Amino acid sequence: MTALQQRTGSVGTPVDRVDGVAKTTGTARFSAEHTYPGLTYAAVVHATISRGRITAIDTTRAADIAGVIKVITPENAPPLKPAPRVSMLNMSSIVSGTSVNYLQDNEVHWDGQPVAVVVAETSEAAKEAAALVDVTYRTTESSVDFVTARLQAQVQKGNPLLPAGAKKGDAAAALAGAAVSVDAEYTTPPYNHNALEPHSTTAAWDGDRLTVHDATQSIGWFRTHLALRFGIPEANVRVIAPYVGGGFGGKAFVWPGTVLAALAARATGRPVRLTLTREGVYRTVGGRTPSIQRVALGATQDGKLTALIHQSVARVGRTGGMPEQITTQSRHLYAAENILLEQRAVEQDVLPTTSMRAPGESIGTFALESAIDELADVLGIDPIDLRMHNEPDRDPVDGKPFAHRMLREAYAEGARRFGWSARSPQPRSMNDGRWLVGMGVASAFHPLMLFTSNVTVRLSADGTVLVRCGFQEMGMGGATVQGQIAADALGVPFDAVRVEYGDSALPSAPMAGGSMQTASVANSILEACAKIRASLESLAKRSGAVGQAPKAVLAKAGVPHVEAAVGSDTRLGKVTGQMRMMRQVMRDRRYLRAATGAHFCEVRVDQDTGELRVSRWTSVFDVGRVINPKTAGSQLRGGIIMGIGMALAEETLFDPRTGRIMNPSLAEYHLPVHADIPAIDVSWLGDPDPTMPLGLLGLGEVGITGVAAAVANAVHHATGRRVRDLPITLDKLVP
Amino acid sequence: MKSFAYVSARDVPTAVSAIAGSPNAKFLGGGTNLVDLMRGNIEQPDTIVDITRLPLTGVDLLPDGGVRIGALVRNSHLAAHPLIRSRYPVLSQAILLGASAQLRNMATVGGNLLQRTRCLYFYDTAAACNKRAPGSGCDAIGGFNRNHAILGVSDNCLATHPSDMCVALAMLDATVEVESTRGVRRIPMNEFHVLPGDTPHVETSLAADELVTAVELPSVAVAANSRYRKVRDRASYAFALVSVAAALEVTGTTVTQVRLALGGVSAKPWRATKAEEVLLGAPATEESFRQAAAAELAAATARPGNEFKIGLAERTIVAVLRELVTKGDAA
Ligand SMILES: Cc1cc2nc3c(=O)[nH]c(=O)nc-3n(C[C@H](O)[C@H](O)[C@H](O)COP(=O)(O)OP(=O)(O)OC[C@H]3O[C@@H](n4cnc5c(N)ncnc54)[C@H](O)[C@@H]3O)c2cc1C
Ligand code: SF4
Repeated sequence: MTALQQRTGSVGTPVDRVDGVAKTTGTARFSAEHTYPGLTYAAVVHATISRGRITAIDTTRAADIAGVIKVITPENAPPLKPAPRVSMLNMSSIVSGTSVNYLQDNEVHWDGQPVAVVVAETSEAAKEAAALVDVTYRTTESSVDFVTARLQAQVQKGNPLLPAGAKKGDAAAALAGAAVSVDAEYTTPPYNHNALEPHSTTAAWDGDRLTVHDATQSIGWFRTHLALRFGIPEANVRVIAPYVGGGFGGKAFVWPGTVLAALAARATGRPVRLTLTREGVYRTVGGRTPSIQRVALGATQDGKLTALIHQSVARVGRTGGMPEQITTQSRHLYAAENILLEQRAVEQDVLPTTSMRAPGESIGTFALESAIDELADVLGIDPIDLRMHNEPDRDPVDGKPFAHRMLREAYAEGARRFGWSARSPQPRSMNDGRWLVGMGVASAFHPLMLFTSNVTVRLSADGTVLVRCGFQEMGMGGATVQGQIAADALGVPFDAVRVEYGDSALPSAPMAGGSMQTASVANSILEACAKIRASLESLAKRSGAVGQAPKAVLAKAGVPHVEAAVGSDTRLGKVTGQMRMMRQVMRDRRYLRAATGAHFCEVRVDQDTGELRVSRWTSVFDVGRVINPKTAGSQLRGGIIMGIGMALAEETLFDPRTGRIMNPSLAEYHLPVHADIPAIDVSWLGDPDPTMPLGLLGLGEVGITGVAAAVANAVHHATGRRVRDLPITLDKLVP
Repeated sequence: MKSFAYVSARDVPTAVSAIAGSPNAKFLGGGTNLVDLMRGNIEQPDTIVDITRLPLTGVDLLPDGGVRIGALVRNSHLAAHPLIRSRYPVLSQAILLGASAQLRNMATVGGNLLQRTRCLYFYDTAAACNKRAPGSGCDAIGGFNRNHAILGVSDNCLATHPSDMCVALAMLDATVEVESTRGVRRIPMNEFHVLPGDTPHVETSLAADELVTAVELPSVAVAANSRYRKVRDRASYAFALVSVAAALEVTGTTVTQVRLALGGVSAKPWRATKAEEVLLGAPATEESFRQAAAAELAAATARPGNEFKIGLAERTIVAVLRELVTKGDAA
């Protein structure tokens, strides 16, 4: 083996996060922590009606507050171009959180919409003044109550990447004729984004050049979007986001704060920082759609599925939104002979819904995996056995091969680690004092795509490597993992690699979403590193240094560095890049690729009060090759915690009379606290996926899928009570 | 938040005269409730009188066997105090089940007594709320009222008093000592908070210019066998849906002493005197506990959102009494 081919073996080891020290010592500067000379502070005034018009805005009291520079309203706001129409030809067009052209007219489209922005010398003055802006409205009739609006829901149109339905055979007839069947409705409430770092933007203009420090998961598209809204060339906009304090989909799209910060900076001629209050995040950043789902299953006496029907209703705002592909997992998880999947959505006068960790599958698996458990109960079959009995060897609807599927192995390993055999099959048959004890399982499923990314990699004569790529790091460990991959690909120690990221001035990367960033970037890094190795080899041949270490080769050849680029950000490069991506996406459609897993959950329910505790958790995943066990474990565990939150407590309270969110705070929106979370045993099978770079499958989202169902199934086992409506609060369990 | 003037008082006379001199002033304890409310523009004082430097931080044994607690004793300190842990375990437990460690480190006894409701509409200046804006209506009726009261409710307000500590104090028959430029008054705990009636904005019998200086606990022998149980939506860090503070003495098989108070069910910490009456002298059985709970909750009224609280309160009372019997036996 030559020195070049020698592997340093960084991949697969639990390397500490490269951003760890900066974050724990407080030197990492987040988007709200950049100062500029003359920096000003902005605060948002939110609409308090769901639909209507502003008839008057009185800013006198606000303007009187000492330190106020300007109160920006539709009457005096600088012009802003409308949000682009969504088009698949221009992918960045999907990045608008809403289609509203902020402060350009008097229309109100949701309760919480920004209707004015105050800019002041201090954040305190801005907030004090914002409360003193007097807005008068004329309200129009609005539709805000999801439960009563379900009848107006329209069938969702899918696209080739995200089909919104499926039909195989005649599921309705099969259900009617099934020996055994279950047919039930499941509901999930709206959820809000609660990343630790609230959304924040610091915007500074220099002539017609705009610099924006923004908490974003989507650097490149934010840049395109801002250029478009302000009518300036893309090259004039720089978006910088090296540290993002959690995203989960909530920072994937452009919400009003980002645009308004830049608008306020333009209106005042001063740099502006706009940090949303926690309430501001609730009122201006979309959350997850609520859902009403029907799952009906038909089976033979011995548990062979003959019919699988999954129908969902979701909601979007009238000015945009994401209805979620709620039935996706139902397309791929079970070998039912007849399948009918259908998604509907209703438009309402609420803030557009948006992506949140595993959109679709996180709530879709709640219904499907609960229903499977219900069927197992009716059949008197162990719920794992029922699943294995219906485990397909090809994609059930279209017969495509699986790229990788190890759900059987995941369940076998999980059952062993968890001690599933100790479960007595009868519901309400296990207890520990006055606690009823129950065990449940559910499958995790998350399909994966691969996008393309531009990168440059440079190997210098001193042996160091510089990777440059404008990807996003929201705390997942992206920079660390990509460094590990480059180190191994070039045979250098991990410490010799530096990764630059989080800046639109770098080669552009796709948004961090759909758990595809790691693999998409890795793919290009591997390609660039291969190019570097090829250049080194020819250099070595030319300079007679064959077999020597890269450093020696470069010294001998008298070359300071070798650099390789994948993709380019020139106009032509972008077109080629788009084609490359389309080719890749089309190629990937030949098989079904997904991360999967098996969750095992033990709960305790107090017989007197219905209090529910999750007391044990084991999950085993098939996520391909794991690059870094530390960061991977933490992503998977984080997903499970978020899923436990869905199961136990989380819920955005939209007042059904007004459409106003009534619990916009961490005190009243109940995220799980430490005491709600047991030790979580996560592990993975580690078998590489043959269709992915290094065999890795994205794993940011799969963890949350199936979790709520595992809890609900365990609750049923503990109490005999089936809760089909999340969250599973104690009032649903009291005797 | 509205701008305000800030005064720091070093002794009680300065504090009470500072507040007497400014019509729209507020005392600042730990600030964990007041500052939040100011940020949300629910409270908008012109002047803040910071009382955290007042020398009211003692926890002292009284000659009659009771304990005197200074109004500025921090919640965490009080819960950990040996006198409290040994003589009034119910109080220590109640405090520790409230809020979070960080909040308890800041929160004071006086501030805890005077903390305001967590009704979602009270917290939202865009909503109608008789407590925040008298006469504006009550959006909780017909809205979200899952956390709301079932006892002593009026058509004007369904809010609860959210404190855990106060439930234990009500059970213990504590006395609140208050002072103003007019002098010192002593208010029995069970008269300190008042029911909403037609004036939900009036929450206590404290005058606007009165400072809470201390809370006194009488000697309560039965408190040695006492317990606080809090039922809520998370394992920690959530307000009580229902809570029960109870102390019980059983001689032979008969209840010879009992004290019971409920939290999360009313605008005041609810002393369950009806249940106590049923229990005293009754056999210490599950059946009597159920009868006592039912007697107390006979007058309960609920909305669809908080109907579950009635049954939950009954069962929690029974569970706590049952545990006290077992624990009492073991002791
Ligand atoms: C997220 C969150 C969760 C919480 N959870 C719980 C819980 O589970 N259980 C629970 O019981 N509590 C809970 N709390 C409330 C907490 O207990 C109170 O905020 C705290 O006790 C208030 O004390 P403080 O000293 O900070 O009061 P401050 O905020 O300083 O004051 C509160 C009020 O009391 C007045 N005041 C203060 N001291 C005096 C005095 N000596 N004389 C006269 N007036 C005075 C102030 O003027 C103000 O009106 C929670 C609070 C938060 C923010
Ligand atoms: S219940 Fe009381 S505090 Fe809540 S809105 Fe009604 S009046 Fe206000």
